[in-house]
Amino acid sequence: MSTLTRLVDWVDDRFPLTRLWKEQWGDYIAPKNFNFWYYFGSLATLVLVIQIVSGIFLTMNYKPDAKLAFGSVEYIMRDVPWGWLIRYIHSTGASMFFVVVYLHMFRGLMYGSYRKPRELLWIFGMIIYLCLMAEAFLGYLLPWGQMSFWGAQVIVNLFSAVPFIGPDLSLWIRGDYVVSDATLNRFFAFHVIALPLVLLGLVAAHLMALHEVGSNNPDGIEIKKNKDPKTGLPLDGIPSHPYYTIKDLLGVSVFLIVFSAIIFFAPEMGGYFLEHNNFVPADPLKTPEHIAPVWYFTPYYAMLRAVPPLFGSQFPGVVVMGVAVLIFFLLPWLDKGKVKSIRYRGGIYKGWLAAFVISFVILGYLGVLPPTFGRTLLARVLTIIYFAFFILMPWYTKIDKTKPEPERVTR
Amino acid sequence: MGKLMKLLRKAFLLLLVTTPLLAFASGGEVKLESAPINPNDRISLQRGARTFVNYCMGCHSAAYMRYSRLTDLGLTEQQIKENLVLTGSKVGDTMTIAMQKGNAKEWFGAAPPDLSVIARSRGADWLYTYLRTFYKDDSRPTGWNNLAFDKVGMPHVLWQLQGIQVLKASEKENAHGHNKASSPALELVTPGQLSPKDYDLLVADLVNYLAYMGEPAKAARTQLGIIVLFFLTFMFALLLLLKQEYWKDVK
Repeated sequence: MSTLTRLVDWVDDRFPLTRLWKEQWGDYIAPKNFNFWYYFGSLATLVLVIQIVSGIFLTMNYKPDAKLAFGSVEYIMRDVPWGWLIRYIHSTGASMFFVVVYLHMFRGLMYGSYRKPRELLWIFGMIIYLCLMAEAFLGYLLPWGQMSFWGAQVIVNLFSAVPFIGPDLSLWIRGDYVVSDATLNRFFAFHVIALPLVLLGLVAAHLMALHEVGSNNPDGIEIKKNKDPKTGLPLDGIPSHPYYTIKDLLGVSVFLIVFSAIIFFAPEMGGYFLEHNNFVPADPLKTPEHIAPVWYFTPYYAMLRAVPPLFGSQFPGVVVMGVAVLIFFLLPWLDKGKVKSIRYRGGIYKGWLAAFVISFVILGYLGVLPPTFGRTLLARVLTIIYFAFFILMPWYTKIDKTKPEPERVTR
Repeated sequence: MGKLMKLLRKAFLLLLVTTPLLAFASGGEVKLESAPINPNDRISLQRGARTFVNYCMGCHSAAYMRYSRLTDLGLTEQQIKENLVLTGSKVGDTMTIAMQKGNAKEWFGAAPPDLSVIARSRGADWLYTYLRTFYKDDSRPTGWNNLAFDKVGMPHVLWQLQGIQVLKASEKENAHGHNKASSPALELVTPGQLSPKDYDLLVADLVNYLAYMGEPAKAARTQLGIIVLFFLTFMFALLLLLKQEYWKDVK
């Protein structure tokens, strides 16, 4: 018996190491027909790790102080050995996290991955998404540029639109009457420890729930229905390890190529990943002409602006924006379709899904542009389509002409 | 269904490729002229650095930039100390200036901004246009106005080099806000020490330097990037072969 085996045995007698590995990955049976869209789950985990590690190194030189923050970022960019690389990894990672998560969510929509029995898996995922939005928003204040400052000012001000408690609520969040050093310090605390802890816990729950119910697949059928009578294992399943270990690594290498291309050749991504105006230090006395959040928030920002104020209050817009995110939680119960996967759905569902995705993308584009009358009108129409996708779902999924699902998974 | 899949994948890849092209313009009314700069031209960068310390650092700091970093431009610390450190700073210091923010605000209406990352917020093209479109305007406290930055607080520091430009009479009406082109609207009435061509070169060198100063690590970044991409492509090829080997038995 080798030393390593003996060591593992020693640990196994005291801690379920081998069992955990086998349950969570080694012996986890996954459908064999995963396609392109199934890379983004493992990639999201990868980006999470990248963000945590690069973040740790950034905190070693970053100063959460309104007087020093902007300068400390430039210090990292210039004087800290490899600081520029760490900073670009972290700033690009933030955007790529959303790219990967949006594609991961879209996969769920296409193949009905949120449907029974994966409702809780979906809910954990959605909470992760909410957490991620908060994490990104908090982190964006830290470089203390003009967009950091005014973006935070705009978003925190949204809370003051809440009836009765609004002004007190936004004061409580900021810890001051304007975004200030106090705000920066608490955002830093939440960004570097509070939310990452929550995120890690949620990701663990998401993965455990996945490995409990088993993965969906592009055909949207349950592989557990067809088991080998001898072994009791699904006929259409393969062990994650080594099959998906190696396949996901292949995905990782492609992702890293894209990721590195951005980091090394276009870290600002034309002003989308690092906004030009954020290279101007925060100035509370000078409101920028045009305040745009980073691209991943712009669909919701466009909705916020599209909703007309009621009795001079922005509250309806805030509610619409909030509901636009929260409505995803209801998907498992809104979808009454006979089949899960888009492969066997009828034209009505496909049409709605396409309309939804197009609305989301165009809203995102409108969100980075300054509003004009025509754009606001378009944003209103698209907001209605966005919500109609969810609200009308019980009805259109029921009447949709579906094709029969296959017995076994297809290629 | 394979078709829809392919279409979606194509759309996604297209989106990935075109995103950088959608860069939005940063709110200027004047058509910006493309700055003819070359970050690999060290002589141009050195000339730009000289112009910067001689003309800009009277009022502007570059508080995140160290003099010693200028070794990037092919200078020795001795050369930097002798030719570029004019403020009594040490060569390891950052490019700070003695002018107090409060005083500056009183004199110019707004404190002259730190220029360390000005090229990253404004862009090289804007800087190139801005530094060439000052014109005489007696309604302004400094006597100068600018096509790219209306009612700018900064006087035309380089006027002795460029000479004096005025707005052409026909352009006066729509000067602010509706200009289509920058230079045709201006007319050189008093020639400066430099010919217009040499002045443009001087500004190009200065902008080249400002762009370098905005991100000194840029050259190292792109160099390293090529190596990293080579390595990753190699890794991808290996993993692809490995994956195919492992997946052979999945029917």
